[in-house]
Amino acid sequence: MSDLSPHASARPLAGPAAGMPVDASVPPAAPDKGESLLRRHVSSFFESWSAIIGLVVLVLSVMAALLAPWIAPQNPYDLASLSIMDNMLPPGEIFGMGQTAYLGTDDQGRDMLSAILYGLRVSLTVGASSVLIAAVIGASLGVLAAYAGGRVESFVMRVVDLQLSFPAILVALVLLAVFGRGVDKVVIALVVVQWAYYARTVRGSALVEKRREYIEAARCLALPRRRIVFRHLLPNCIPPLIVVATVQIANAIALESTLSFLGVGVPVTEPSLGMLIANGYGYLLSGNYWISTFPGVALVIVIVAINLVGDRLRDVLNPRLAK
Amino acid sequence: MLVYLIRRIGQSLLVIAVMAFLVFLAVYAVGDPVAILANPEANQAELDAIAARLGLDRPIWEQFGIFVWNALQGDLGTSFVYSESALKVIIERLPATMELAFVALLLSILIGVPLGVIAGLKPDSLVGRSIMSTSILGFSLPNFWIGLMLILLFAVELRWLPASGRGETVEVLGVHLSMFTWNGLSHLLLPAITLALYKSSLVIRIAQAGTREVMLQDYVRFARAKGLSSRRIVFVHVLKNMLIPVVTVLGLELGSMIAFAVVTETVFSYPGMGKLLIDSINRLDRPIVVAYLMLTVFIFVIINLVVDLLYAAIDPRVRLSEAKG
Repeated sequence: MSDLSPHASARPLAGPAAGMPVDASVPPAAPDKGESLLRRHVSSFFESWSAIIGLVVLVLSVMAALLAPWIAPQNPYDLASLSIMDNMLPPGEIFGMGQTAYLGTDDQGRDMLSAILYGLRVSLTVGASSVLIAAVIGASLGVLAAYAGGRVESFVMRVVDLQLSFPAILVALVLLAVFGRGVDKVVIALVVVQWAYYARTVRGSALVEKRREYIEAARCLALPRRRIVFRHLLPNCIPPLIVVATVQIANAIALESTLSFLGVGVPVTEPSLGMLIANGYGYLLSGNYWISTFPGVALVIVIVAINLVGDRLRDVLNPRLAK
Repeated sequence: MLVYLIRRIGQSLLVIAVMAFLVFLAVYAVGDPVAILANPEANQAELDAIAARLGLDRPIWEQFGIFVWNALQGDLGTSFVYSESALKVIIERLPATMELAFVALLLSILIGVPLGVIAGLKPDSLVGRSIMSTSILGFSLPNFWIGLMLILLFAVELRWLPASGRGETVEVLGVHLSMFTWNGLSHLLLPAITLALYKSSLVIRIAQAGTREVMLQDYVRFARAKGLSSRRIVFVHVLKNMLIPVVTVLGLELGSMIAFAVVTETVFSYPGMGKLLIDSINRLDRPIVVAYLMLTVFIFVIINLVVDLLYAAIDPRVRLSEAKG
């Protein structure tokens, strides 16, 4: 366990460096030792084939989503470029200016491949941003609860228990029914249902960390409380947070697609993968399988890739399994 | 124990009260039901009349007061769409959802336990590892999409099973159930499999971990030394002991199954509580949404309360630490 926080004992004493912002994802400062720890984690991550495949697929999906405007055959939002004559073409047919619709077209004549690439953008953006915001809020509350103890802690943890006792899908559904559709609203709903996981995870590790010598040392230096909590305590609670956050990105994407499928998620103008699946639902029974199937396959590939990476991160960052 | 019991029940009541307030406040903000219900050509006076009939013209705090008072008497409002007691409309659909959840629960045990035990007996074999990796898939696959793919395969391509609806029901003890007719069962199968998929992955994981743990125990070693057949060891000694965590988790998961039924019922147009909720959200039928949420909050609070009390009964440390804080 102690090898997870080698920079910890050094950091509070490193006078000038203490003013620098702490980048949570990278073990900061402490020169050679921290680097070798990171390198050790990275090399042990790459020992697993499934993790490598997951990471490669994930990177490719993110790239495809980022580069969608340049690599997609068509801009599915540009109504002028759509032709109703091209609607419901099965995969492999020719559409528009003689391009091939490898994955078919939907009821409005949209090329499914293009729609999926753009939908991936929305899904990944919603997933990543909701996790980021929820992790920041949850981690701050969790570390505060652990450090403050007493009434603050029991209040925060009661709210966490309450939140976690209701299924995420139901809470998000109700929130969106109230707020209405919209990408920002979906993100808010996902943050509300997720923050408690991070609060609980971070509090758990913060309770262990706060009894360590480096926190005592920081206290003896009479550092302000805020600095002890956010600069010294929080960075050392990050590893388990990374694991939870990775898996939660997959869950957030799945949840978003479910909400969009139910008709309370993203608006029609910004279709995510879930929305595309919902659009094809009505045509499924008449045998036009491609509209629902391919966005779903894309969704599954992304989610499985993230889970493979998350699984490996859990093994790598778990101090109990560390050699 | 009595102190703990009183404290815990008090907390549960507080939770219900807080949720009632939040639910009412939230649902109050959803759209304008008058605009939906009224004839599009209605004039202002007619609109006002509808608002007055539904009690929507009064200030919000007064509406909340009336809501709480009526709720205490078991009246959660009258549905705008069905013109019937909202609770009654929901309770009518309760058996369908409960039946679905029950069959799904049964399926996840029937699928999950054998696979989990096999994977736990031989964790390093090819079979064991493929079962475990498949269970990751079960966790990752979005539930509604699996439902669509099952419809595509079994209803559209193979034409073996119907794609939607509930099918014939028979009345058993005053409740309409569909699992005792072939037609009803065939309608139930696809939604139940969809709903069971996630849970069976969960059961596989717990059963695998439990089996591995039990296999290392002294009593299993002793049973082996006694010369018992491995079949008897697995079926009597291992199975009995690894089922405890499985049952605990599944009990806790029953609530989330009801919640997930919302998605499954929508995919299969299955006339249960969940589909009613989605329809009511879309039709701005506030009383139904409120009644559904209050009923769910109630069910969840009860489940949590029972679980906590059971834990406290089994483990005295829980109630001692609670009594102090």
